Amino acid sequence: MPEFAVATQNLWVTYNGLTVLEDVSLEIEAGRFVGILGPNGAGKSTLLKVILGLVRPTRGRVSVFGESPDKLRRQGEALGYLPQKPLINPHFPVSVLDVVLMGRYGRIGLGRRHRPEDVRAARRHLEMVGISHLAHRPIGEISGGEQQRVFIARALCVEPRLLILDEPMISLDACAQDDLYELVYDLKGKLRLTVLMVSHDIGGVARHVNDIVCLNRRVHVHQPPPIGRIPLESTFGCSVEYLFHGEIPHRVVKVHDE
Amino acid sequence: MSDFLTLGFLQRALMAGLLVSLLCGVLSVFVILRRMAFIGVGISHSAFGGVALGFLLGVDPLWTGILFSVAVALLIEWSLAHGRVEEDTAIGIFFAASMALGLVFLHLSRVYNVDVFGFLFGNLLAIGPRQVTEIFLVTLVVLAVVWIFFKELVFLSFDEEMAWVSGVPVRLLRCLFLVMMALVIIVAIYLVGIILVSALLVIPGAIAQNLSRRIRAMIGVSAGVAAGSMVGGLGASYSLDYPPGATIVLLLSVIYLATSLLQHRRRLTRKA
Repeated sequence: MPEFAVATQNLWVTYNGLTVLEDVSLEIEAGRFVGILGPNGAGKSTLLKVILGLVRPTRGRVSVFGESPDKLRRQGEALGYLPQKPLINPHFPVSVLDVVLMGRYGRIGLGRRHRPEDVRAARRHLEMVGISHLAHRPIGEISGGEQQRVFIARALCVEPRLLILDEPMISLDACAQDDLYELVYDLKGKLRLTVLMVSHDIGGVARHVNDIVCLNRRVHVHQPPPIGRIPLESTFGCSVEYLFHGEIPHRVVKVHDE
Repeated sequence: MSDFLTLGFLQRALMAGLLVSLLCGVLSVFVILRRMAFIGVGISHSAFGGVALGFLLGVDPLWTGILFSVAVALLIEWSLAHGRVEEDTAIGIFFAASMALGLVFLHLSRVYNVDVFGFLFGNLLAIGPRQVTEIFLVTLVVLAVVWIFFKELVFLSFDEEMAWVSGVPVRLLRCLFLVMMALVIIVAIYLVGIILVSALLVIPGAIAQNLSRRIRAMIGVSAGVAAGSMVGGLGASYSLDYPPGATIVLLLSVIYLATSLLQHRRRLTRKA
C-alpha cells in the first residue's frame, strides 16, 4: 500500500456562510508532483492552507503523512511553503541569505541564535536553486524570478518532505517559468519530495506534473494519460476556459446551476 | 541649593529621555516594518482611559494604564478575528471609545487637581526619581525581550503566515509585542504625553528606513536618531523656552522630512 503524503476525507470549508471547499476527498501519493488546477475562487489556496494547518476545515479530516497538520507542526516537522505573495514589503531591509535562514528558525528554536551549520544549510539550498552569488543582495533588489528561487530555497531550508507552491509562476515570463518547472522537478528527485503546485497555467502544469487535481469547490483527480473532455467539463463548470493538454484543446463552457 | 535642584531635574529629564528614546528607537523599527503605526496611535490614546481609571480607583495609573492599553490592543485583535471590519476601522473606534471612557472616569473620580494637560502633552521636566526607576526597569525588560526574540520578531515582521508555517509561535509573539508596546507607551507618556507618544514609536523607524538597507543598521540609526533628537530637543526647548515634548517631536519630524528629501534626490540622480 502506497504512503499518502496528503489525504483528505469529506473536507468542507465555509467562510462567513460561503462554501469554499465542498466534500473534498483526495489522496496524494508520496513522491508525486501534483498540479492543482481550477478557476479563480475555486478554493485552490484554501486547500493548500488546510493542508498547512493555516485554515481549519469546517467539516471532514485532513492528514499529512498520516498525522493532523497541527500534530505534525507540534512535532517540529514543518512543510515547505511558497506563498502566493512571499514578499509583502519590497523594501524590507534583509539580505537574500537572511531570508533563506528564516526557513531554519522553527528548527533552531525560540530565542536561540542560528549556528554555523544553519548558515551552511542556507548556502547549500541557495546553491541548489542556482543563486548562491546573490546571497548578500537586499531581497528587494533582485528580479522576480530570482526572488521566487530565494523563497523556494527558504521553503527547502525547512527540510520538508512535502513542498507546497501557491501560484509560483504568476509573475514570471515564459522562459523563467520553464526554468522554474525544471528546477522544481529536479529538486523533487534530488530531495525525494512530494510537490503540490497550484497554478492557472494549464498548459505548463499538464506538461510537467505526474497528476492533476481539478478543483472547483469539488475535486476531480486525473491520472495522465490525457485528461478527458467530459470530467474536465464537470470540474470547471462555472468557468469558460481553453485547456491545452497534449494535442487536444478543450473548451469548458458548462454552467453550474447550484 | 537651587542650583543643585535645577541640576537634579535636568539630570532626571535627560536620563529618562535617553532611556525612552533608546527604547522607542528600537521598537520603532518593528512598528514601521510591521506597519503598526496606527496601532501605536490607538494604543497610546487608549492609555488615557487607563490612566483615568487609575485615578478613579485610587491605584497607580502606571499599572491601570498598562492593563487598559493591553486590553484595548487585544480587543482590537479580537474584533478583527471575529468581525468584518478592517484594522484601521477597529483602531479608530476603540481609541475614541477609550478616550471617552477616560473623560467619564475623570468626571466620576471628582479629582480636580489631576494634571490632565500633563498626561496629554507630557512634562519631561517634572519627572521624579520614581519614574526614572520605572523607565529604567521597563527599558531593561523590553530590550531583553527584543534581544532574545530578535530573529522571531524579524520573521514576524517579514511574513507572519510564513513564520507560523515554519514553526514559530506567532500568536504568543504578537501578544508579547503588543504588551511591549503598551509598556513603552505608558512610560513614554511622562515625557511627551499621550498625544505625541506615538511620534516616538513611528518617526525614528521611518527615518532609519530612509537611511539604511540592513535591519541591524536600521535599529542603530533609529535608536541613535531618537536619542540625538531627545538631547537636541531638550537643549533647544531649554534655550528657546518651548515645551520639551513638542520640541523633540518637531525636531524628529524635520529630520524625517530632510531624509525623505535626500532619498528623493538620490532616486532622481540614479535615474538621470
